[in-house]
Amino acid sequence: MRGIRFGVGTWGLAIYAVLAFVLILTPIAYTIAFSFNDSIKTNIVWRGFTLEKWATVCVVENGAVCQAFGSSLLVGGAATLGATVLGTAVAIALVRYRFRFRGATSLLIFLPMATPEVVMGAGLAAQFLAAGVAKGLGTVILAHVLFCISFVVVTVRARVASLDPAIEEAGRDLYASPGQVWWRITFPLLLPGIVAAALLSFALSFDDYIITSFNRGPAVTFPVYVYTAAARGLPAEANVIATAVFVLAIVIVIASRLFAASREKRLAKA
Amino acid sequence: MAFGAFGAAPGAVEVDAAPQRRSPVALLLLLPGLAYLALFFVVPFVSLIITSLQMPDPLGFGEPGRYVNAFRWENYVEVVTTYWPHFLRSFGYALAATAIALLIGYPLAYFIGVKLRRFKMLQALLLVLVIAPFFISFLLRTFAWKQILSDNGPVVAVLQSLTILPDDARITGTPFAVIFGIAYNFIPFMTLPIYTSLERLDLRYVEAGGDLYASPASTFFRVTLPLSMPGVISGTLLTFIPAAGDYINASADFLGGPDTAMIGNVIEANFLRVQNYPVAASLSILLMATILLLVGLYVRRTGTKDLV
Repeated sequence: MRGIRFGVGTWGLAIYAVLAFVLILTPIAYTIAFSFNDSIKTNIVWRGFTLEKWATVCVVENGAVCQAFGSSLLVGGAATLGATVLGTAVAIALVRYRFRFRGATSLLIFLPMATPEVVMGAGLAAQFLAAGVAKGLGTVILAHVLFCISFVVVTVRARVASLDPAIEEAGRDLYASPGQVWWRITFPLLLPGIVAAALLSFALSFDDYIITSFNRGPAVTFPVYVYTAAARGLPAEANVIATAVFVLAIVIVIASRLFAASREKRLAKA
Repeated sequence: MAFGAFGAAPGAVEVDAAPQRRSPVALLLLLPGLAYLALFFVVPFVSLIITSLQMPDPLGFGEPGRYVNAFRWENYVEVVTTYWPHFLRSFGYALAATAIALLIGYPLAYFIGVKLRRFKMLQALLLVLVIAPFFISFLLRTFAWKQILSDNGPVVAVLQSLTILPDDARITGTPFAVIFGIAYNFIPFMTLPIYTSLERLDLRYVEAGGDLYASPASTFFRVTLPLSMPGVISGTLLTFIPAAGDYINASADFLGGPDTAMIGNVIEANFLRVQNYPVAASLSILLMATILLLVGLYVRRTGTKDLV
């Protein structure tokens, strides 16, 4: 292809991109570096390298950091499960079936994504207040399922749309029960989309502060811990948790890309 | 119907054929999800409207958080007259941050999606780097900027020694820091949709522009940019909407100061701290209405129909 030339413009663009990446990665590098800082109480000035904070992560402040992290994992897991099940069902129905109120359904799925978090959080909190529901981890999970559903629907729907219904037809013609068709044909074929949706849900839930803050009551998730501690000085252990999560997430993303690439190669050969 | 599986040419999957089916299964699949959205999205919205019209409980003796249902529409007049500067600030900051994110995200997406098209591995690696901020806590990366831009931090020191910044000047606590923080946090949301559009861009159109003696600039503005508009529209919406409601960057504990409060800060303070629920609720309704109005106008002007 003749279109791509490596002229002055391209080099300019490359330099611009490098600068943009420096900007993107700076606070990440900072956060990781300060998980190794030999800090006393607050973690603002660099005082030297230590691995100690990685060992004390569940000890400092009577384990407050670790407990908050545990709550976040619990909320993320529950919210992901709920949103993925509900959202996948809606996505399949949207692509496969004809029904009335289709426009209204699409709007109902789009609106939560167009609503600022502060509005959604205040709305749910007003609702819990009016209904006299005590706020806690339960209400946080209910709220997280809500904002994850739309993203699951959008992600899984694309996968359902690319699925040939004839494959399922063939299963039915070969006398497979509806359950067998679902578990042995539809579900495995949708799995990459469902996994992507679940990972997205977990990431959204794990990092949410705004909606959580309105509906948490006394519950403390990891972002809530960080927000409250930021005012008085954040311990390095918070950076330890963030760094560990970051590394794990990057590994999962790279592994899934390699897996997808090898799968494509296999399918191309077959 | 089953014969279609053998009759259809490979690759010619007729996806549109399926939605013609009507079945009670559809209802079964839709009902739980839609009921959930109705119960926890639509009903809370009604709740929010009811709360926005409440008045102080006459038997509450001025205790915080005690309100009774009423039709006190004056709440709306009062919040607009009191908080209109916060509204202007929110949308001003959000607009500026969206523009900055676009100026950073578009060239980045163009570089990865068009210039590196032949280097698939590098492309995949750089995309992971673009979304890398997603994986480190939103609050911690904003907190990191606070430290980097703080009065004793490296950026202020360098700018002061170059006498670009006066000795008593600061960065954190200013509108600049808040706008920068918001723009930074939404770069991935801006870059990814634009990348998706540009990655599919057929380069032969760009070549044709050159062949017809268009300058590179005019080829860009009349061929490349229009073809990548769907990505630009979703990127700007994905940035602008959450940016207008954000209150973390503007909070005094992060990049803001007392003069940078956005509408989200006012809603948060009224709902969670002083428990003035009607004020928080009427501000939320106004924020949502303004955003829907602006998004509606924007989408109509740019002429896209499919948002989801």
